[in-house]
Amino acid sequence: MPEVTLTIDGRTVTAPEGMTILKAAETIGIRIPTICYHEACTANAICRMCVVEVEKQRLLQPACVVQVREGMVVHTRSERVERSRRTILEMLDSAVDLSDAPEIQAQMAEYNVNHNRFPGAERRTPPVIDDNPMYVRDYAKCILCWRCVQVCAEDAQYTFALGFDGRGFHTQIGTFFDLPMPETTCVFCGQCVGVCPTGALKPRREWLLEQGKTPDEILQMSRTARRKARRAQR
Amino acid sequence: MATEAQESVDLTPLLPVLERWAPRGRSGLLPALLEAQTHYGYIPPAVAAEIARSLGVPLADVHGVIEFYALLYNEPVGRTVLRVCTDPACALRGGEQVLHAACALAGVEEGETSADGAITVERSPCLGHCNSGVSVNVSFGRPVRNITFAHVTPETVGDLVDGRGRTTADFWSEDYVGGDLCIITPLCGRGRRTKLLEYEAVGGMQALRKVLASMTPQQVIETMRRSELLGRGGAAFPTWAKWEGAAKAPGRPKYFVINADESEPGTFKDRVLLEGDPCRVLEGAIIGAYAVGASRIYIYIRGEYPLAIERVEAALQELREAGYLGERILGSDFSIDVEVRSGAGAYICGEETALFESIEGKRGFPRVKPPFPTTHGLFGKPTAINNVETLAQTPYIINQGPDAFLRLGTADSAGPKLLCVSGDVVRPGLYEIGFGVTLRHLLENLAGGVVGGRLQALLIGGAAGTFATPAQLDTPITFQGLRAAGLTLGSGAIMVFNDKRDLRDVLRRLARFFAHESCGKCYPCQLGTQRQYEILERLAEGQPLPGDVIRLQDVGWTMTDASLCGLGQTAASAVLSAMKHWPHLFANGSARHA
Repeated sequence: MPEVTLTIDGRTVTAPEGMTILKAAETIGIRIPTICYHEACTANAICRMCVVEVEKQRLLQPACVVQVREGMVVHTRSERVERSRRTILEMLDSAVDLSDAPEIQAQMAEYNVNHNRFPGAERRTPPVIDDNPMYVRDYAKCILCWRCVQVCAEDAQYTFALGFDGRGFHTQIGTFFDLPMPETTCVFCGQCVGVCPTGALKPRREWLLEQGKTPDEILQMSRTARRKARRAQR
Repeated sequence: MATEAQESVDLTPLLPVLERWAPRGRSGLLPALLEAQTHYGYIPPAVAAEIARSLGVPLADVHGVIEFYALLYNEPVGRTVLRVCTDPACALRGGEQVLHAACALAGVEEGETSADGAITVERSPCLGHCNSGVSVNVSFGRPVRNITFAHVTPETVGDLVDGRGRTTADFWSEDYVGGDLCIITPLCGRGRRTKLLEYEAVGGMQALRKVLASMTPQQVIETMRRSELLGRGGAAFPTWAKWEGAAKAPGRPKYFVINADESEPGTFKDRVLLEGDPCRVLEGAIIGAYAVGASRIYIYIRGEYPLAIERVEAALQELREAGYLGERILGSDFSIDVEVRSGAGAYICGEETALFESIEGKRGFPRVKPPFPTTHGLFGKPTAINNVETLAQTPYIINQGPDAFLRLGTADSAGPKLLCVSGDVVRPGLYEIGFGVTLRHLLENLAGGVVGGRLQALLIGGAAGTFATPAQLDTPITFQGLRAAGLTLGSGAIMVFNDKRDLRDVLRRLARFFAHESCGKCYPCQLGTQRQYEILERLAEGQPLPGDVIRLQDVGWTMTDASLCGLGQTAASAVLSAMKHWPHLFANGSARHA
């Protein structure tokens, strides 16, 4: 495959044509931060954490999708880049519960995020949806990275149980007319839970343990246990 | 809940809708939902499920599409839905008061439906009647009809409720169309649609005849290149380059798309063209389709322009009957037809890739570019997409030649331009000018000057534009002249504010517009438009917080620098320009509370 030579943060890199800036930087040990990006998912350039400054380009460029070109000069930590990344993190922090998102927490520490940057900001605080025995959905923790929707659809499972409610800031991941999961096409493959970076999707057992339930109590919540209890009552 | 509803809904009215759209698969989704809604008033779950099944679209995706578009409802709404425009131009004429009156009439808060199910009241983004506000878009009756009214007052808004017999004519005064030139608007603003015969009588369709009889597609593109016509939708991209790109791109079929999703606050030129003289626009599009080698033209008209949709449909019928559309048109080898698609309440669908997604039956999320539409456009095929005004210029270029077109402008900005003037002026309206005249000429000589006070500010380019001060009035209206002054022509909207107006209120309305219209895909815009709105809301209420200036700048520059599409990239444009011109508007408030 033909190769191109470019400069990233002053260092010369040779990379195969078609490679993204993100991957090319990785080859020389430069880590560009990402949030929505996942190896198993189509990159959609949603979170814009990976934006970098490319000389002669008016706007910052998302490294996860922009491909290397001959002679490209890339700056991954310029002032403009840092301002955008810090502001994106601060805005996210002001909207979403990130307490279960260790990777984003590390990024917030690295970019000196002020946790009270947007006083009085509206937060997204929908109630927890506990509608099936396998996993709970706590969209107060959802950062709209789209990974769950993508693995539920063409990126993996072709189940198409998940979609979007609303739009803009008030977007939320949802089902057809908000049906409970068991009434949708969901096959409980668990892939969405596997790719969720913020604990918005969580195995129900893990969630119950966090709620202070003991393993015995959780066992009592199984269908078999409930049936037995009902029979005993009769 | 869903199962209950499924039992009670009669699906019979849906059958002809499905018969029409099921063969189109997912691309038929938006039209099927819109048509279903005219029968049911909203989209009941059973109807959505049946549409999903017939068109082969996942249920969750159908729901996501209903949720995305403001004109689609997933629960019952009032028999009359009043959508009151409160964006800047209408707000100057009392939009907020009309909204309050409508709410009082229905006994509800905005966004709610009256207890008897008669009236729903909504706050609407700009409806494109900025020259004749207050504008109210009304859906009423069964099957649902949709009309956009102008000149509505708090006293008369009640007359728009279903059953009171009001028609457009009761709330109408034709758009004022004026200016120095009359190249593309001679048949506009006459209170009716210009028929094909009338258009032909003044030389209409001659350009298409000439192209088909004597020009190759390459010659058409070369003529357009020499005319130096730049796109009139806001991005000012060379039209010929789009056509050449799509013509040369491998892959078939190819598509030609007319972007008539005009939604930029303060902009109404495309509506006036489509309502007054649709054949001119369609002639330009057929010429473009020939140049590109397209086999189908789509015209995507915003859903809030029901009259434009109706008149374009009527014009298309005439064009078909006269042999300008269909198989082997005018005896040539070229076959082409036009399909009308209605938007459903989403400003973002004016962004070209979001518009493609919408026609494809999806939420209007903009795509990552590249690849560009010329190679990967509608349905992933080579596509040329142009603004309505751009296409209206094309017949003149073909008929009179590129040199004549160049003479109408300046060295860097060719041809005539339509400008939409609204706000505090004597004669708000649509003005056709040659590039090169000054803002002062437009404001004082053409629009009759400022009313209600002295000039305070101009907002040029709509919500995505920039503010100009009275000191900038001698700036020539050219792409370069405006750029040199730190301004942008954008869609050609010019909103005028006298010195009695509180610009902080204007900024709040612009910010609310973007927060409402952000698609939510990329973080800078999804989060930034909301944060920007919150800050400007408290600024307008006189309660800013310390640090709000820096906050606005960080949010603004992050949206500008890092957003995925033009919406986010321009969502802070007006705010940042206002901060530069009038820092005291922002600083005063902060100081008071610091």
